[in-house]
Amino acid sequence: MSLLDVRDLQVSFGRSRTEAVRGVSFSLAAGQRLGVIGESGSGKTVTALAVMGLLPEYAHVAGSVRLGGSEIVGLDESGLARLRGNTVSMVFQEPMTALDPTMRVGRQVAEVLRLHQGAESGPARQRVIAMLDEVGLDDPERVADAFPHQLSGGQRQRAILAMALINSPDLVICDEPTTALDVTVQALVLAKLDEVLDASGAACLFISHDLAVVSQVCDQVLVMLDGRIVESGTVDRLFTAPEHPYTRGLVATAQLDRAEPGQRLPTVDDFYTGAPHG
Amino acid sequence: MKRAQLIAGLVLVALVVVTAVVSLFWTPFDPIRVVPGQRLLGPGWPHLLGTDGFGIDIASRLMVGARTVLAVGIISVGLAAVFGVPLGMLAGQTGGWVDEVVMRAGDVVYAFPALLLAILLASVFGASTVTAMVAIGVASIPAFARVARAGTLQVMASDFVLAARSSGTSRWGIARRHVLPNIAPVVGVQASVGFALAILAEAALSYLGLATPRPTPTWGNMLRDAQQFLFAAPLQALWPGLAIALAVLGFNLLGDGLRDYLDPRLREVP
Repeated sequence: MSLLDVRDLQVSFGRSRTEAVRGVSFSLAAGQRLGVIGESGSGKTVTALAVMGLLPEYAHVAGSVRLGGSEIVGLDESGLARLRGNTVSMVFQEPMTALDPTMRVGRQVAEVLRLHQGAESGPARQRVIAMLDEVGLDDPERVADAFPHQLSGGQRQRAILAMALINSPDLVICDEPTTALDVTVQALVLAKLDEVLDASGAACLFISHDLAVVSQVCDQVLVMLDGRIVESGTVDRLFTAPEHPYTRGLVATAQLDRAEPGQRLPTVDDFYTGAPHG
Repeated sequence: MKRAQLIAGLVLVALVVVTAVVSLFWTPFDPIRVVPGQRLLGPGWPHLLGTDGFGIDIASRLMVGARTVLAVGIISVGLAAVFGVPLGMLAGQTGGWVDEVVMRAGDVVYAFPALLLAILLASVFGASTVTAMVAIGVASIPAFARVARAGTLQVMASDFVLAARSSGTSRWGIARRHVLPNIAPVVGVQASVGFALAILAEAALSYLGLATPRPTPTWGNMLRDAQQFLFAAPLQALWPGLAIALAVLGFNLLGDGLRDYLDPRLREVP
C-alpha cells in the first residue's frame, strides 16, 4: 500500500471558485522521493497544503487524499493535528518567517516532540542538539539557545529541516526549501536534506520551480501546469526525452550551459506558448 | 536614546511607587486633619509645598494621592487586559461571526462615554474608588481587544503559525505559545498608555466628585479644592497638576521603552 495516495484532487477558492488544482492524482510509496515542479500559480503549493490539511477555510476541496491509510479531506482539526508532525511534516520556503521570533530555536525544534511524545525538556534537549548537529549546524548548543534573528538564513533553514525531521515522520513535504537561499548555501542544504532523508528513510514530496534542484534530491518528477499534471516520470527520462512542450522548455532552460556562445538563451516560451502569464 | 527613555520612565514611575509605599508608613503631616490656623501657607519650612484651604500639608496629601493613582491604574488596566486581550485573540483567531460580534460589541462600549458610565455607576453604587476603577476598566476593554485582535491577525498570517500547525500544534497551543508572546509587546505598550489614561480619567472623575470621596486625598480632588483659591494661592493647583503630568509622562515613557526592550529582534546579540 502506498504511503500517500492523491486521487482526483480539486481545489478552488472563494465565491468565484477560482480553480487552483484541477484533478490531480499521484501516489507515493514509503521512502520514495517525488519532485513536483511548475511555475508560480501552477498549484504545487496548494497541492502540498491539501496533503497537510492546511488549506484556509474558504478553500473548496474535492477528491481524496489518503495518507498512511486515513482520509485527509474532511478530517477535523484534532484528527489532522495528530497526523501533522507525526506522519507528515513540512519544510517551508521562507526561513526568515517560518520560525517564531519570540521563541528560542531549540524550544521550537523540541515542540513537535513535546506535542507527540510528551517528551520532558531534559531528554528532548539532547535529541534537539543531536538533530541540529545532524543537519550540519556547527555549535548546535549555541544554535539551540539562540533566537531566530541571531542566525543566518542557511542556519535557520537547517533548523527548520531539523524541526521537520526530529520526530521521524513518514513523509516530509518540502515547499521550495532552498529558493530563498543563495546558490552555495542551497547546495549545502540540499546535500544535508539528501543525507538526512537517507538516514531516516522518510518519503519526500519536494516542490520547486527549479528542475535542476529537484534532480539533486528526487528520482521521480511530476510537472504541473495550470492546476494539472502534464507529465510525470523519472528525472532521467524527463531530461533525455521530455514529451510535453512545456517540459521541453523547462529542460532547455535548466541546461543553459549547453547554449552556444553568442546565441540567445532559450526560454520556456520558445517551446510552449499556452501558459497563462500574469 | 531609547535606553534613556526607558530609564526616565522607570525613574518617574518608581517615584510614584516609592511615594505611595512610603505614605503607608510615614507622611510629614497628617494628610486629613484640618488645622484652621495654618490655611494657605506658601512653600517653605516645615510645609515644603505649603498648605491648602483647610490648613493640611500639600506634600502629605500628594503622597497619599499616589496610592489611589496606582490602585486605580493597576486594577482598571488589569480588568481591561484580562477581558480585552482574550476577547481580541478569540476574535482574531476565529474570524467570521465571532469576530464580528465581539468587535461590534466593543464598538458599542467604545461609543459609550466613559464619563456617563462613571456617573451611572456612581449614582447606583455611590461614588467610590471602586466605581472609578470599574468605569475606567470597562471603558478600556475595547482598546485592549482591538490591539490584541490586530496583533493576532498579523501573527496568524505568518509562516511560523503555519509551521506550528504543520507540527500538530492545536489552536489553543498556538494562542498560548505563539500568539500571546508575539502580541505581548503591543499589549504592554497599550497597558502603559492605558495606565496613563487611567491616571487622567481618575483625576477627572475625582475632580468631578465621581470617584474617591473626601476626606481621602486624591490628585483630582486636590485640584478641585485648589480651584477656589486659584487667585489667592495659584501654586496650590500647580502641585497636583504637576504630579498628574509627571506620572502620565512616566508611564508613557516606560511603555515606549518596554516595547523596545521586550522585542527580541531589537535586543543586542549576546
